[in-house]
Amino acid sequence: MGARRISSLLFRSLSASSASVSPLLFRGKNPSRGRCIYRFSTAAALEEPITPPVQISYTQLLINGKFVDAASGKTFPAYDPRTGEVIAHVAEGDAEDVNHAVAAARKAFDEGPWPKMSAYERSLIMLRFADLIDKHRDELAALESWNSGKPYEQSAKSELPSFARLFRYYAGWADKIHGLTVPADSNHYVQTLHEPIGVAGQIIPWNFPLIMLAWKVGPALACGNTIVLKSAEQTPLTALLAAKLFQEAGLPPGVLNVVSGYGPSAGAALASHMDVDKLAFTGSTKTGKIILELAAKSNLKPVTLELGGKSPFIVCEDADVDKAVELAHHALFFNQGQCCCAGSRTYVHEHVYDEFIEKAKARALRRIVGDPFKKGVEQGPQIDSGQFEKVLRYIRSGVESNATLECGGQRFGSKGYFIQPTVFSNVQDDMLIAQDEIFGPVQSILKFKNIDEVIRRSNSTRYGLAAGIFTKNVDTANTLSRALRVGTVWVNCFDVFDAAIPFGGYKMSGIGREKGIYSLNNYLQVKAVVTPLKNPAWL
Amino acid sequence: MATRKISTLLSRSFSSAAPCFFSRGRSVAGQSRLICRYNSTLVAVEEPIIPPVSVKHTQLLINGQFVDAASGKTFPTLDPRTGEVIAHIAEGDVEDVNRAVSAARKAFDEGPWPRMTAYERSRIILRFADLLEQHTDEIAALETWDNGKPYEQAAKTEIPMTVRLFRYYAGWADKIHGLTVPADGPYHVQTLHEPIGVAGQIIPWNFPMLMFSWKVGPALACGNTVVIKTAEQTPLSAVYAAKLFHEAGLPDGVLNVVSGFGPTAGAALASHMEVDKLAFTGSTDTGKIVLELASKSNLKPVTLELGGKSPFIVCEDADVDQAVELSHSAVFFNQGQCCCAGSRTFVHEHVYNEFVEKARARAMNRSVGDPFKVGIEQGPQVDSDQFEKILRCIRSGVESGAVLETGGDRFGSNGYYIQPTVFSNVQDEMSIAKEEIFGPVQSILKFKDLDEVIKRSNNSRYGLAAGIFTHNLDTANTLSRALKVGTVWINCYDVFDAAIPFGGYKMSGNGREKGIYSLSNYLQVKAVVTALKNPSWL
Repeated sequence: MGARRISSLLFRSLSASSASVSPLLFRGKNPSRGRCIYRFSTAAALEEPITPPVQISYTQLLINGKFVDAASGKTFPAYDPRTGEVIAHVAEGDAEDVNHAVAAARKAFDEGPWPKMSAYERSLIMLRFADLIDKHRDELAALESWNSGKPYEQSAKSELPSFARLFRYYAGWADKIHGLTVPADSNHYVQTLHEPIGVAGQIIPWNFPLIMLAWKVGPALACGNTIVLKSAEQTPLTALLAAKLFQEAGLPPGVLNVVSGYGPSAGAALASHMDVDKLAFTGSTKTGKIILELAAKSNLKPVTLELGGKSPFIVCEDADVDKAVELAHHALFFNQGQCCCAGSRTYVHEHVYDEFIEKAKARALRRIVGDPFKKGVEQGPQIDSGQFEKVLRYIRSGVESNATLECGGQRFGSKGYFIQPTVFSNVQDDMLIAQDEIFGPVQSILKFKNIDEVIRRSNSTRYGLAAGIFTKNVDTANTLSRALRVGTVWVNCFDVFDAAIPFGGYKMSGIGREKGIYSLNNYLQVKAVVTPLKNPAWL
Repeated sequence: MATRKISTLLSRSFSSAAPCFFSRGRSVAGQSRLICRYNSTLVAVEEPIIPPVSVKHTQLLINGQFVDAASGKTFPTLDPRTGEVIAHIAEGDVEDVNRAVSAARKAFDEGPWPRMTAYERSRIILRFADLLEQHTDEIAALETWDNGKPYEQAAKTEIPMTVRLFRYYAGWADKIHGLTVPADGPYHVQTLHEPIGVAGQIIPWNFPMLMFSWKVGPALACGNTVVIKTAEQTPLSAVYAAKLFHEAGLPDGVLNVVSGFGPTAGAALASHMEVDKLAFTGSTDTGKIVLELASKSNLKPVTLELGGKSPFIVCEDADVDQAVELSHSAVFFNQGQCCCAGSRTFVHEHVYNEFVEKARARAMNRSVGDPFKVGIEQGPQVDSDQFEKILRCIRSGVESGAVLETGGDRFGSNGYYIQPTVFSNVQDEMSIAKEEIFGPVQSILKFKDLDEVIKRSNNSRYGLAAGIFTHNLDTANTLSRALKVGTVWINCYDVFDAAIPFGGYKMSGNGREKGIYSLSNYLQVKAVVTALKNPSWL
């Protein structure tokens, strides 16, 4: 996400690394020695974790404009993935809290003031919020890194700016939601009104807590809806602070309610709530299916789903191998590999395959793993022990299925949830690591011979989220762009996430699109209004 | 549906009604219920008119071929006028759905349909519309025979609207534009609007051909291939029309028609792993099951058009005579078998008594009888289940203390005819004010002011449509925005142009059909982002 901006950061950090980065953390560029040096760097993990430059001020639920404890009085721990230590106890929302939040959102919608305000007033509040985000960037970024383990520089310099960008984008849409006038077959005046849909329930994941909040909350509020947002139990902290800032920007109470808690309790309550008019979920395909079922069994609320992926990154034979290696590396390793659209099947043409493997391995060995608060660090820990163990299981499965382990393959250090950047070559389509979403720093490289073959193999998956294409040939680019059954095709780039670019999946990667103009429909109902005309001057 | 067009028909039939044997006497209100009964018995004893059509196609249409069901089984389709068997139809099941899906899969994945130019696709759809028009009488007769709706309604409005709908979407085929998107950096961003793949479509029995067109029209225009399951009550017209589509040049496998039942063929389609999209029109209960099957299988996106309990609001400034006529057709059209039937008639207290009197008179005037007879407004209900269900609803209305103004019983002694029935003094909590009756039963409720009627109208799990009858612009605008429904008809009802989107809020459904809005049901959006070198503008 935000690779365009982040890549400049990363390049900077790479070129500057020999000089400025702490020698302990620096991965040597010497290919044959790399693994040793790399192991040597386990020392990094033994260092004392850097103290995050931020206080945790908000740990309660935000309902109807007020911070409140959970009805049950229960809390759950939020962790630091660098150490596995508890950083806060957060109010644990459950069905009863969801009920309170929905009632507040219902009231703010049905009685106002939110949908009854002018769109311009709504947009001004959103713009003020974006300004406040800019002001509190460092604080939010520090909280995000502390709770999720992602590099602080990535948070502060790429994710927070794209968060503010997203809200400014949708603030601009608020007063540009036009219905249509419709040509009639006889004397009738036909128009369509694009109305807010009502109370939106939104469930977001832990990999990009703030960005996912922006994708969900931005269009919903711009369209005049009110919201109950459930954050991921791994990363509850930033949503609470951001929502607090939104109130400061003038958002009326009840318009945005934040419930921290778990999926089976708070999430399920939201998905099956009879007074929630719309649901948007980002997370795993397995959970997405449950969510849709709960919606079907309750009140048939429309559901937007952004789910898993196993996105192909296709390096054609005309590729500049060095550039392709760098791009494919980012496509997979960005955010500790915890991206739904990670380029997790690297298809390389046989003519450049050997060279590619060598360089991909070298690049992975150079990846700077360490404390995400340390300058120049590219990769922090995985989010939690569940994910950490799962990624290691997949690595073992790769080894057992006879893929070639080029580098990595182990935990990194002995504390927290760090994993070595891992590269497998000689991966076959039927291996688990080529089929399942690993969601970790594990690159799988596969060889291909021709375009038809790579199209077939790329599409031979239940997922269809994204794809990367690396070629200079316009015919190849066009052929692949149309043939790949995915929601986003990046040609000679990857992870470009402008606010205006729609994102979403084909097949079991999801339903609907977020971002851009397309996300507006998720939060609007279409109402046709038909009136007879007497003696119309035209039809 | 199509009241605009049908209302001309209806008024014609009224003016000529007096000499007709079946006309409901306009005489004394107190006498008319007797007259109604009197007429009805006579009608039903008559021999049913022989439909001017023969049933040619009773098999499944898969990959361009008519075939028997894999099981060899058939099911009977019945004439609702008599309950007698018209034909034995191949009964599609899981295996047939599998065959149909793989034909559609092949026609999509290997072409030629999505690989044709949009212009070529539009030409085929236009040729089909011409053929359909040429065969209007035959298809209308099949439709009436199988469904019981008045032949004039089928021939003069529904088939023409079906033709219109296909011409409308033929015109969209070559106008599906993606966007170029402003980027924040040196990237060329575009969106492609691609066909989604194999569409599974499940249609109901109340408007077999129209529902066929709402589903098939946009799906084919967007370049998809289709497996459609017709309702077991009305399998005849869709196979006939699909045959014509092939004559118009539709390649094999692009449109496959499977007749059969919901729990077998319908469920197989909804849970099929190779179906990329599902569209369903039917009851809310079944819609929930369909969506669950989609979520448990491959998460195919689902469009749902479900039930309704649509308010028809007669304001105090109403011209009562017009309001009575409009609200009458809003509920009684198509034997009351419309998802958007105006089945809660809210009348302002100032005009309530006059309205009830006239609504009753109008209902008693309704000509019920053999749908093949000229001038008939109301035929039989579609089958014995619906017939029994409606009679149960009527009994529930009586038992809950609503005032039965007219009707209330079966009409005649043969087939599934029901007397046009009007209840007044209906209260919101009565089940006839809450449940979808899907029959010729009007429920009249009294209201005092706008805020109240808004609250009561919206106090329903449904949100399909609403009628507003007023001359006051402020009233019209206030109600239009406040009612949580997908369609608002002001001083009109059941206007169903191809360009007007239709669909529900709340538990009346997900998504919109018809108009530009239906295209997105059958398209995937693909963002394509390409790095730019030295762009001259951004």
